[in-house]
Amino acid sequence: MIAWLGGRLVTLIVTTLAASVLVFFVLEILPGDPAQLILGVNAREDTLAALRAQLGLDQPILWRYVSWIGRFFTGDFGISYTYSVPVRELIAERLTVSLPLALMAIGLSTAIAIPVGVYSAYRRGRFADVATMGVAQVGVSIPNFWLGLLFILVFAVGLGWFPASGFAGWGGGLWPGLRSLILPALALALPQAAILARVTRSSVLETLGEDYVRTARAKGLTQRAALWRHAVPNALIPVVTIIGLQFSFLLAGTIIIENVFTLPGLGRLIFQAIAQRDLIVVESLVTLLAFAVILVNFLVDLVYAAIDPRLRIAT
Amino acid sequence: MSATDAPKPARPRWTRKWTGMSASFAVGLALTLFFAGMAALSLVWTPYNPIGLDILNKLKGPTLAHPLGTDAFGRDVLSMIMTGARNSILVALVAVVVGAGGGVPLGALAAARGGWIDNLVMRSTDLAFAFPALLTAVIITAIAGPGAVNAMIAIGIFNIPVFARLTRGSAMSLWKREYVMAARCAGRGDVAITLDHILPNLMAVLIVQATIQFALAIVAEAGLSYVGLGTQPPMPSWGKMLNDAQTYIFQAPYLAIFPGLAITLSVLGLNLLGDGLRDLLDPRIRRER
Amino acid sequence: MTRRSFALPVGFAAAALSALLAAAPALAAKDTLTLGMVLEPPSLDPTAGAASAIREVTYANIYEGLVRIDAKGDVKPALAQSWTVSPDGKVYTFKLTDKAKFHDGAPFDCSVVKFSYERAVAPDSTNAQKALFAPIEKTECPDPATAVVTLKYPAANFLFNMGWGDAVMISPATAAGNKTNPVGTGPFKFKTWAKGDRVELARNPDYWGTPAKLSAVTFRFMSDPSAATAAMLAGDIDAFPLFPAAEAVAQLKANPKLTVKIGVTQGKTVMSLNNARKPFDDVRVRRALAHAIDRKQLLDAIYSGYGQVIGSHYSPNDPGFVDLSNTYPYDPEKAKALLKEAGIAPGTEITITLPPPAYARRGGEVIAAFLQQVGINAKLVPVEFAQWLDQVFKRSEFDATIISHTEARDIEIYARDKYYFNYANADFKLLYKAYTEATDHEKRIELAQKMQRKLAEDEPNVFLFLLPKIGVWNAKVQGLWDNVPIPANDLTAVSWAD
Repeated sequence: MIAWLGGRLVTLIVTTLAASVLVFFVLEILPGDPAQLILGVNAREDTLAALRAQLGLDQPILWRYVSWIGRFFTGDFGISYTYSVPVRELIAERLTVSLPLALMAIGLSTAIAIPVGVYSAYRRGRFADVATMGVAQVGVSIPNFWLGLLFILVFAVGLGWFPASGFAGWGGGLWPGLRSLILPALALALPQAAILARVTRSSVLETLGEDYVRTARAKGLTQRAALWRHAVPNALIPVVTIIGLQFSFLLAGTIIIENVFTLPGLGRLIFQAIAQRDLIVVESLVTLLAFAVILVNFLVDLVYAAIDPRLRIAT
Repeated sequence: MSATDAPKPARPRWTRKWTGMSASFAVGLALTLFFAGMAALSLVWTPYNPIGLDILNKLKGPTLAHPLGTDAFGRDVLSMIMTGARNSILVALVAVVVGAGGGVPLGALAAARGGWIDNLVMRSTDLAFAFPALLTAVIITAIAGPGAVNAMIAIGIFNIPVFARLTRGSAMSLWKREYVMAARCAGRGDVAITLDHILPNLMAVLIVQATIQFALAIVAEAGLSYVGLGTQPPMPSWGKMLNDAQTYIFQAPYLAIFPGLAITLSVLGLNLLGDGLRDLLDPRIRRER
Repeated sequence: MTRRSFALPVGFAAAALSALLAAAPALAAKDTLTLGMVLEPPSLDPTAGAASAIREVTYANIYEGLVRIDAKGDVKPALAQSWTVSPDGKVYTFKLTDKAKFHDGAPFDCSVVKFSYERAVAPDSTNAQKALFAPIEKTECPDPATAVVTLKYPAANFLFNMGWGDAVMISPATAAGNKTNPVGTGPFKFKTWAKGDRVELARNPDYWGTPAKLSAVTFRFMSDPSAATAAMLAGDIDAFPLFPAAEAVAQLKANPKLTVKIGVTQGKTVMSLNNARKPFDDVRVRRALAHAIDRKQLLDAIYSGYGQVIGSHYSPNDPGFVDLSNTYPYDPEKAKALLKEAGIAPGTEITITLPPPAYARRGGEVIAAFLQQVGINAKLVPVEFAQWLDQVFKRSEFDATIISHTEARDIEIYARDKYYFNYANADFKLLYKAYTEATDHEKRIELAQKMQRKLAEDEPNVFLFLLPKIGVWNAKVQGLWDNVPIPANDLTAVSWAD
């Protein structure tokens, strides 16, 4: 078990390092000079050189990588070229938007999908099942940014219940902030819920056919009790995997949704930083996101072990 | 509804299954053919010139002359959607071909050789999966410049690990089959075995996956175009139409409806088709269900 | 569950929800302002960055210079209450106020002037407009309340230039931190900055001059035009001086609670042509392109008709403006004839490089369609601004591009030896030299007009239009600028009616 954990941890670090190398050197190819972007078209050559020196852009590329990655692992991501504040602060500020958004989306999608999926499996072949799975099939096919646009059309432009876009901030209390995240979270969550509901349904169906469920039924448990006590817990393993995978998808999904709703989250920060050639922000953020994805996959494996006693014994 | 309700005896399972599947397969095929036909038609005919401006007639809602209305430059939305279908299909097709072309040989190689090659390929796909696909597409298009061709490549690159893993996984189990072992004993090389025995048996799985990736690629292209990194004007694209629509959401809400509907229906069609194909082509999966 | 019993809770929930959402704070006598801006400033130091957004937050509000530009574009006293200029135009003597203090309590005197001007030209200076300070030979302080600035040569626009945001007064103690924590002498103090969202300012109680009427100001950043429209309609934003959604103006005008003011900017929007490249080195081709584009329709398509067609590189509210917008009326036949004369075969392909702003991206689509009509296939290449700077601006690797020159009174760029569109015309340079050296007002006006005419005649770039300034604000807000002589949101005189 410990050896297995250690092995996974090493993979985690090596993959993150590889990701950082990839990101850093690929981004360095980007044409465009951050100094010129900051100082505009009338800046003179000596002024540009002075700013480049100030930003450390006159150093050799290898040295810049080493000093960046060295500090990266201590949690110091450097100073943003454009904002002149620590990248860590920028990211922390944006996380207060993106993290609640991703969590709300994943919470919503799980809360919708698991009951629907289980119910659908329970009513297999009946109208309720066919109808929900039909809706899910359509749900899987709707791009979330269009769903977001439709929500804006109906709930913001039409009914005026929610702001069309923008983020009210947490300064004015919980509700205004949450209110500006509800539509984007729903737009992210519904297509994900459709996928998850389908996985839950087929997974529950599979376990319903297993011997231990039949035994439970034979012991005299009702169909429903057998379902909840035996089939569902076992069916959750693939579901957890999908939720884990969805997390990484959501991190990227928020990029477009944040653009639809103009939320000041990580996704817009990345867009903006690429456009402004604030490379240190892009590099740190992308590496961090890759790290998060790898970490989540790692955690999913742990949850696997926790849920499935067989795996626990085997490892 | 009550808890003790036992499921009603239904029709024999196979009929239910067969009719259900063929229905969704038929719908999928119909939708897919509809969009393919629309794209093909747009090559020779559209109601209006999809890039011709008519500023005097801008932002007109649906009318008989313009069944889906006109956009901010007075272009006919129907003509744009038809031409957009062509664009979506082309981008998605190339992306899938890039993905399969890169991924299948890699996966087959990993399965055939095993050892460090296998390890290298698998760890590389791990690495690729660590980057959110869209994010990477954004970076690639930022470096190479926005445009349909770069979008194809960016999306295609992301299909490589998908195909590589699928091919490797399925090929590994095939390599353990008796007839493959027999061929190996007969002194045939890895390449020959892969070509003669492994790949033909993978076709079904690969075609199903390709259909699904095709659908994903359409969404990805639309997403990239929506944020301005995909197909560029004057070529109409569904994603860009949605972006423009958002600017005019107060003045012309109908602009936001039709391009999104086109994306959803074409993706739905491909997904249904993929499900149907899986059942038709892969008897193993059908039996297991 | 029956339909009815289902409908009730939903109806109730909806009612409760809308009640909750409608509960806005009661409005007392208002003395705060929320102002919308499209772009967020990258920093809050106008002496170390070129972005207009920096000035739109800080100019006249946080920082002040010796002189300032007012709503009409005229030079007015600020920290210097008066000044005299020597007859040869080379020595400026400023009389400074002795009451001003920086927000941190540091006093303002001549040593600050000397520091600020010398810092701007120092070798490690990162001032985006270093050239403005180039004429300065030295700054001297005979006494704390007098600053004597000596120039190397007479510079006609010197006072105007010292009114720019780049020439504001900076305290030596706080200069380094101004990017994130700006300290100036202005009527507002910096309070907070939530990146990506808002900047908040509060009234400076110790202001040396007339105190601001507003007690607090919030700048909110909204890049999405439909979001801006929604926020204005909902009253979330009190004023949007540079409103981005021209297409929504009709709707906003119909709202009695809002005032819509259409003004002029300095944004001279042109299709720049690479005059060093064939076929744009031929004036007939450049004129043909000008004839080929219906600029009125272009404005209709991208700005709902707002904005002003121009025929030269000059803003209508600058001294000596001549209306040359009809020099090359829309005439596709004439354009075709000119192209034929210049030997340009129908079907010739040119590339138009498009930076991100909507006027370029959307304008490019319209212009490409117009050029198609006269037999020119325009290939549109969208680029990020970083790439535009590198490829078009720095290396002049382009055929044509669409860009708005937003700097005030910048006709000078056509007199430069090396500038991205490669005009380099000896006659124009002579005109410009005579203009800068002229000290007589009449003479200067005459030369300014000659320069405009010369540009219209040569049409080095296709002059398109002046970006419209669409200002939208609550009908009770008064004192905002109608025009944009320089990038700024001067809030010193803004207040609420009643």
